[in-house]
Amino acid sequence: MKAHEKVVIIGTGQAGVEVAFGLRANGWQGEITLIGESADIPHHLPPLSKAYLAGAATAESLYLRTPEAYQAQNIHLLSGIRVDAINREAAQVQLADGQTLNYDRLVLATGGRPRTMPADCAPLAEADNFCYLRTLSDAERIRLQLVPGNRMVVIGSGYIGLEVAASAIKKGMQVTLLTIADRVLDRVTAPLVSSFYERLHRAAGVDIQVNTQIAGFEMSADKQHVRAVVCTDGRRFDTDLVVAGIGLVPNCELASAAGLQVDDGIIVNELMQTSDPAIMALGDCARFRSSIYNRWVRIESVPNALEQARKIAAILCGKACRSEAAPWFWSDQYDIGLKMVGLSDGYERIVIRGSMEQPDFSVFYLRSNRALAVDTVNRPVEFNLSKQIVTDQLLIDPALLADESVPLKEIIAAARAEPNYA
Amino acid sequence: MSKVVYISHDGTRHELDVSDGVSLMQAAVSNGIYDIVGDCGGSASCATCHVYVDEAFCDKLPAPTEREAGMLECAAAEVKPNSRLCCQIVMSPVLDGLVVEIPDRQW
Repeated sequence: MKAHEKVVIIGTGQAGVEVAFGLRANGWQGEITLIGESADIPHHLPPLSKAYLAGAATAESLYLRTPEAYQAQNIHLLSGIRVDAINREAAQVQLADGQTLNYDRLVLATGGRPRTMPADCAPLAEADNFCYLRTLSDAERIRLQLVPGNRMVVIGSGYIGLEVAASAIKKGMQVTLLTIADRVLDRVTAPLVSSFYERLHRAAGVDIQVNTQIAGFEMSADKQHVRAVVCTDGRRFDTDLVVAGIGLVPNCELASAAGLQVDDGIIVNELMQTSDPAIMALGDCARFRSSIYNRWVRIESVPNALEQARKIAAILCGKACRSEAAPWFWSDQYDIGLKMVGLSDGYERIVIRGSMEQPDFSVFYLRSNRALAVDTVNRPVEFNLSKQIVTDQLLIDPALLADESVPLKEIIAAARAEPNYA
Repeated sequence: MSKVVYISHDGTRHELDVSDGVSLMQAAVSNGIYDIVGDCGGSASCATCHVYVDEAFCDKLPAPTEREAGMLECAAAEVKPNSRLCCQIVMSPVLDGLVVEIPDRQW
């Protein structure tokens, strides 16, 4: 351990903060500087589409760490300061206020920003009732406009769109959800699971319109306000509020300007190093080669940010790190807890435990009798066991899997007992 | 606002003032107690906030739900009669002085 090495971490989201505290927990003695462009106290993002919109999140519950914890761990937190450039030759970062900071190790935890509507249909930037959702101020703007009886159009049928729709319904709004896809959650789940979620939302009152492309927006005379959403097929939806959740663009600009390898994410190796070994990257902004899936992936999730942060802390402190775990994710809509593990791309068949008529089932995405991914609804124990099934790519018997009378624990034990289970 | 003592496996004591309505997991993580993890956001879904509750306080806690009991079986460290997931322990005045021990591992 190099006791006096300085670590500079760019980004005060989940990933950056976890690296900072993980370093101290693993015994790092050197200086730790954590820089974030946002002036907000570093906070959790998942509540911003859920409890925060419901008005149920206290400020305290949002903080990743108490404001006092940074100083207590001797972590220099610089909030509201943008990094303008990385000077790799001098091993310095240049801050927007003119300061430079030296580093021995640099960690890029720059996250992402919402993908914006195509230029030809984007409303003008001054519209007060058109919102994306990523930051605390986005969430606050939305929260203040969740007025009972008002109309909302949600654009996008990923997790943000669905969670915002659910939150708005709970506030008594009239919600229309428009998506260009032919089904909700199309990038991440099987058609059967999409149908389950469409039924859930429609039963709650959301008007879901699939295969719908936005042409543009009708604005008020002063251009401050969206009045209606206009679709390419001519349909108009009058509205009081529009929230768009159409994806995340990784923040790689600092990295590419510094000459680091970038390809829809900052490229990192198995030691989380970029193409410059003194610089590491993680979280929403980083692309790495998954040893479980044997392909390059970039994962946008809290569990991934935390896992990679702990890995970086262990590596920098010369400690052993855990082997790669299957990525997992959660989404809460109404009172339905969806927990998913793995990436289902390339699945050949699905096996269902339970029935999708009730919010109590697990869907296994299999390829050659190994589970690429599992979606669980209100089944936390099966979700946890499924992490092993996916991480270890266990060879499982689909007939047993489909049989609810056989506990998943037994199926796992049987798989491990097989001589060629790996 | 009441006091909770968390004792790590290596004997380190952490004393926290925890507001009513806040879970022990949330208090621990936000104050940098690194051996309580709680990645699932406190929904009794990951069993990484496992603690052993001091015997003197076991009766003062509501019994675990079926969900918590099921998830405790997934805990990495030895599960004992006084094992709980501390995301399900919500602070209240009756728990002032609560002492919990943290197991040697959460995964």
